[in-house]
Amino acid sequence: MFGYYVLLAFQSLKRNTVLTALMILAVAVGIGASMTTLTVMHILTGDPLPGRSAQLFYPQVDPDPDDKDDHEPRDVMDYRSAVDLWAAHRADRQALIAKGDVRVVAPDVNIPALKLRMLATTSDFFPMFGVPFQYGQAWAGTDDEARTRVAVISSDLNNKLFGGTNSVGRTLRIRDSDVRIVGVLKPWRPSPLFYDVAGGRFSDGDTADFYTKPEDVMIPFSTGQDINQDHFEQFTCWHVPDLNGHQQDWPCLWVSLWVQLDDASKVSAYRRFAADYAAQQMTLGRFNHAGNTRMRNLMAWLDFNHVVPSDVKLQTWLAFAFLVICLFNTVGLLLAKFLHRSGEIGVRRALGATRTAVFTQCLVEAAVIGLLGGFGGWLLTLLGLWIVRRQPTAYADLVHLDLPMFMATFAAAIAATLFAGLLPAFRASRVAPALQLKTL
Amino acid sequence: MHIAPILSALRRHRLATMLIALEIALACAVLCNACFLIAYRLDQMRINSGVDEASLAQIKVDCDDCNASDLNARILSAINQIPGVQSASVISAVPFGEHYGNAGIHLDAANQRPGGVVEFYVGGPGSFKALGLKLVQGAMPQADDYRPVHDFIPAEAPTWVTQALADHLWPGTDPLGQEFWMDKFHYRVAGVLAHLARPGGGEGGPATREWSVFVPGMPGKHLAGNYLIRAQPEQLSRVLRDARTAVVKAAPDAVLDWEQSRSIGELRKSYFEQDVAMTGILLGVIGALLLVTALGIVGLASFWVAQRRRQIGVRRALGATRRDILHYFQTENFLIVSIGVMLGMLLAYGLNIWLMLSYELPRLPVYYLPISVVALWLLGQLAVLAPALRAAAVPPVVATRTE
Repeated sequence: MFGYYVLLAFQSLKRNTVLTALMILAVAVGIGASMTTLTVMHILTGDPLPGRSAQLFYPQVDPDPDDKDDHEPRDVMDYRSAVDLWAAHRADRQALIAKGDVRVVAPDVNIPALKLRMLATTSDFFPMFGVPFQYGQAWAGTDDEARTRVAVISSDLNNKLFGGTNSVGRTLRIRDSDVRIVGVLKPWRPSPLFYDVAGGRFSDGDTADFYTKPEDVMIPFSTGQDINQDHFEQFTCWHVPDLNGHQQDWPCLWVSLWVQLDDASKVSAYRRFAADYAAQQMTLGRFNHAGNTRMRNLMAWLDFNHVVPSDVKLQTWLAFAFLVICLFNTVGLLLAKFLHRSGEIGVRRALGATRTAVFTQCLVEAAVIGLLGGFGGWLLTLLGLWIVRRQPTAYADLVHLDLPMFMATFAAAIAATLFAGLLPAFRASRVAPALQLKTL
Repeated sequence: MHIAPILSALRRHRLATMLIALEIALACAVLCNACFLIAYRLDQMRINSGVDEASLAQIKVDCDDCNASDLNARILSAINQIPGVQSASVISAVPFGEHYGNAGIHLDAANQRPGGVVEFYVGGPGSFKALGLKLVQGAMPQADDYRPVHDFIPAEAPTWVTQALADHLWPGTDPLGQEFWMDKFHYRVAGVLAHLARPGGGEGGPATREWSVFVPGMPGKHLAGNYLIRAQPEQLSRVLRDARTAVVKAAPDAVLDWEQSRSIGELRKSYFEQDVAMTGILLGVIGALLLVTALGIVGLASFWVAQRRRQIGVRRALGATRRDILHYFQTENFLIVSIGVMLGMLLAYGLNIWLMLSYELPRLPVYYLPISVVALWLLGQLAVLAPALRAAAVPPVVATRTE
């Protein structure tokens, strides 16, 4: 019976091609617009570390003497607090993070000096965030203490400087120090660059930069203190620093800490540890308030920072309003189409077709329109994503249609058209047999 | 035209009428707000930077361990040798470039009365004039106003604030001679500038976009690496190209920042690139929206015409002119669109309130409503024209035919 309905549906679609084309076009345009923005949302709101993110936490204490206990602490920590928490090794894994721009030269390669973003971190960073290696490996935990002159570089930089060959063992000159490359990453593009996310609530919705690429050069945190002394990027300062002193002692926030805590008891233990640390610092006189500690997990931290740019959210709402308009359109056209066949439906009813049968057949016809509209919507989604990729945003290169979203395009198109077809199909099934026969 | 028979005919097609009216209502709501978003963005993009954008370019270099004074001397002399350069000076930042010194200021020495987070521009000799800043009050900086830069700004100096900042800090009072503090550093207002936009966006939204302070400073250890070039607008791109080459040659130990070493015009363009893209998307949505709405009207009107061929024939046989039939469908469409836009105006305001809450947008100005109502009326009339003309073409003889 279903096959017969599908056949009928196709025949009926052929009978009034203009109306059919209008409906398919409306569904396709609505689905194309909403799936384009939904795909972008799907990519931007995804979990950057599926399976791991629930174990990753971002502890915060608040050294700012001007802050109050009822405020949120600043998004980044000072050197002393971050290093103290890290050095206690109370978590399963822990990584310090500081960033800065540096001048990099590869002495044996004929390429002019580059200005690059450098990440100073600790060895746990790589296993904790599941960073994949192409060549070599991360530095060892002992290098974190030994201030070894080593570096891990991105695959982009390896391609740029060494043409993609195995560069482990070669030398880079960062500022005025030589470091030895010990590892080259595989292409690695977490979305967003979750470990760099901070300060989102001050950015006025303009958060596309959270989706930039990882830093090209990564070195041990301790080594960074030697070779990039006093040049790390600050998040903020609560007083004007004395630039002649060391950055470690500035009243500034520039180091963040990520910890991995594998079970709930460790999470509460770490919370207590951070609170105890803040209380202890208060008794020592370094903090003048202590209640202000926080520890969010990775996804909560991303939410807190509103990582999804407000433009993207706005586009999504717009696209859905647009889809609703397209559906209203389809409802009207389907109604016209079905009632146009009142005579035919009357005959079928008179010949014994039940209301359910007429209703089902109309819905099958709607579903066929949805399928065809979905196909058009898929093409328009591809076009829309191509346009998004050409936009000057940091996430442009991430945008693509994955299999789930491809399936969703068709599912959404059919579901939307079926929904739109409910009312017209109901009306069609109420056609009285006798009345229609009379007018024939 | 008699409206009563049209209304009673519409009552027989309640569902279809309601659907079109609802579609028009939604279209009206989205149209009003999308147009408003475009206008708002275009307005933000028109920001007056306060400087002579067409004549200015920036050259930025990074030199980690250079002798800053020596670097400044080498680069300035290299740029000054380029024909067509009107002036070259050291400056900390330019509008639409990278931001330099965002800091919270206070109106008292004890740091108890906060004045907001402002942007400090530190400019070396010649930069004030080169920027082309317009004075509202006070005089240009004099030679002895340029003080050594302590950390990232001079510790104490006469400063020039924008009118917008002055209005925020000292509403209703004369800003000249007023004082403010940044931590322990102390500043006194020596002049008021008509406009000077911050390099990046304002920290507290669009209202803070011009909270800028110009502080004269002596180039040296803490003021180096960023240079402002002024040239005739038509020569600027050539001068900039030559300057980049000359700087790379004059300071081989430094890294030229290609992203930032551009004309202010180019920096402005890339600063607003994303807004331009978003405006394009909004325009696309509006276009598609109008198209889909029009297609819906065409489709349903065509269907109605087909359904009423016999009635039309009867009316024509009874003496109705083609014009009467045409007007009938036009009036019908006008009535449906009118019902739709009435609902749509309410929806538009609802949507706007939601946007205001979620995106901190201002209230939708009232004049958007009549404009979009007229637009939708016109759209409806255009869309119904073809089916209505087809209806008018129905010959009276149809009345006598049995289908």
